[in-house]
Amino acid sequence: MAKPKTLAEHLEHHEVSRRGFLKFCALTTSMMALPPSMIPTVARALETARRPSVIWLSFQECTGCTESLTRSHSPTIENLIFNYLSLDYHHTLQAASGEAAEQAREAAMAENHGQYLVAVDGSIPVKDGGVYSTIAGISNLEMLKQTVEGAAAVVAIGSCAAFGGLPHAHPNPTGAVPVQDLVHDKPVVNVSGCPPIPVVISGVLAHYLTFGRIPDLDGYGRPLSFFGTSIHDRCYRRPYYNKGLFAETFDDEGAKNGWCLFKLGCKGPTTYNACATAKWNQGTSFPIQSGHGCIGCSEPHFWDAGGFYQPLSAGIAGVGTLAGVAVVAGAAAGTAAGLMHHAKRKQAQRQHEKVTVADLKESGS
Amino acid sequence: MTGVELLIWVRGPGLQLSLAAFILGMTYRILQTYFLGRAKNLAEPRGSPWIHGMKTMWWRSFFHPGMTIRGYFTIISGYTFHLGFIITLLFFDQHIELFKSWTGLSWPALPPLVITVTAVLGIAALVAVLVDRFADPVRYLLSDYQDYLCWVLTVLPLVTGLLLVYKIWLPYTSLLVVHIISFEILLVAIPFTKLSHVFTIFIARWYNGAIAGYKGVQS
Ligand code: SF4
Ligand code: SF4
Repeated sequence: MAKPKTLAEHLEHHEVSRRGFLKFCALTTSMMALPPSMIPTVARALETARRPSVIWLSFQECTGCTESLTRSHSPTIENLIFNYLSLDYHHTLQAASGEAAEQAREAAMAENHGQYLVAVDGSIPVKDGGVYSTIAGISNLEMLKQTVEGAAAVVAIGSCAAFGGLPHAHPNPTGAVPVQDLVHDKPVVNVSGCPPIPVVISGVLAHYLTFGRIPDLDGYGRPLSFFGTSIHDRCYRRPYYNKGLFAETFDDEGAKNGWCLFKLGCKGPTTYNACATAKWNQGTSFPIQSGHGCIGCSEPHFWDAGGFYQPLSAGIAGVGTLAGVAVVAGAAAGTAAGLMHHAKRKQAQRQHEKVTVADLKESGS
Repeated sequence: MTGVELLIWVRGPGLQLSLAAFILGMTYRILQTYFLGRAKNLAEPRGSPWIHGMKTMWWRSFFHPGMTIRGYFTIISGYTFHLGFIITLLFFDQHIELFKSWTGLSWPALPPLVITVTAVLGIAALVAVLVDRFADPVRYLLSDYQDYLCWVLTVLPLVTGLLLVYKIWLPYTSLLVVHIISFEILLVAIPFTKLSHVFTIFIARWYNGAIAGYKGVQS
């Protein structure tokens, strides 16, 4: 049998039933926050869509994002979508390496010019001409430029690609930047998270396949359907937050009762992601459900936003030394003002001329 | 700067700088006042100025019948605002976390619903005194820009805090930034405006009490 061209053929090839396919479409539709009436549209679009070529570039990253997507157990939507794409280059996953791998990338680019999707995980180091990360002798910076040139759209997968992530954290020794700082003439979708939720990655791809365009984005370039609400807004511990019932340590009564984790550093209120609804490991759980606060991994600069265990309302920088300096400076200024005042008074006293009875008599006469 | 970057700034350097300005300013004002000095009292003391000063400092915080001489409005609105503000500031659990990060000290919080009531009462009292300031011709003529500035600086943390807790109007991150900034501006303004009375009122009370104590009379 020839290489399947459409998803319908691909599913047939893998002996996936029509019922299974429709279930998949229903799930995808709900993930994309579309009404159920859209299921037939999604099904039709996916059935007839051609397998798009995807070139996956891994730059300064830890492979956690690829792990997130590939370690999901089959058969899942993520898997189906992932199989459905024609993943023409992914140097972590592909068998070829070195020049053969690069040739595969170039061939895919030439064959699908203007139509392929570029997925990027990891940030791009730009300091010193981008020498800090190279693949087959090509700097990440150069490879991104070359590859994006003929792309239809770019999906930045993970917080490193979307916002710079860990490599970008202070002091950012390699001058790491996110994709959106370098790509200005193609649509860029940021699927942030460290790592991002697999269904969010596949949901974005499914959206692209269904509608032929990227989904609506928020101010940080993230798809609104997944990043539109905060963890806090969807958190099942919220009633405890509202009542002021907090776990103070990880093993106190409050923790055992499942109270809110705000005091243990939960960043749920300022974090936008789908963890509380999509959850992890096939919908098993998410960090807060497992007793740990949200660390805010889908937000820009989350590594530099204070300690993971510092409450959101607390300051993130020490104040002790500065307070000491302020007291000393204030005391010095206050004393100086006091001394000046004292000197002025003394001078006034010196210049004070006493009026004697004789003076009064004189002026009276 | 994006919302997230602003939040990092206000929680980091912003908080450091405003607290430093507050401490520096207050130390300056207190010492400056102290060094003004007073002429030596040559009369024989008839009681202890220190003890009397301390007592007055404490007792003047409480209601006593003589205070109502000019009617009840100022007394009631004054107490409502000050108690509302102080309770909201000191007994909301998220605020306690801030003080804990500064001092290592913490104390029990009041339930969020109680804090909502104290904050709303605080705002209501502030609105009432503002209306009164406009309505009363004498008070109106005596008011200058600083009175209005202090009013705005005081009401802002209360209003933005309420909006934040109930997530009204703006996203949480933006409201948190606005709320922290309003608190930081208040911190910086306190030593250099009439709001410095948060400290100086105790000096003034002590002094009044001390004079009375020296003379051996009730303050
Ligand atoms: S976002 Fe996190 S998981 Fe993904 S590559 Fe960066 S560090 Fe790894
Ligand atoms: S655990 Fe975190 S996200 Fe959940 S209610 Fe508490 S602060 Fe909000």
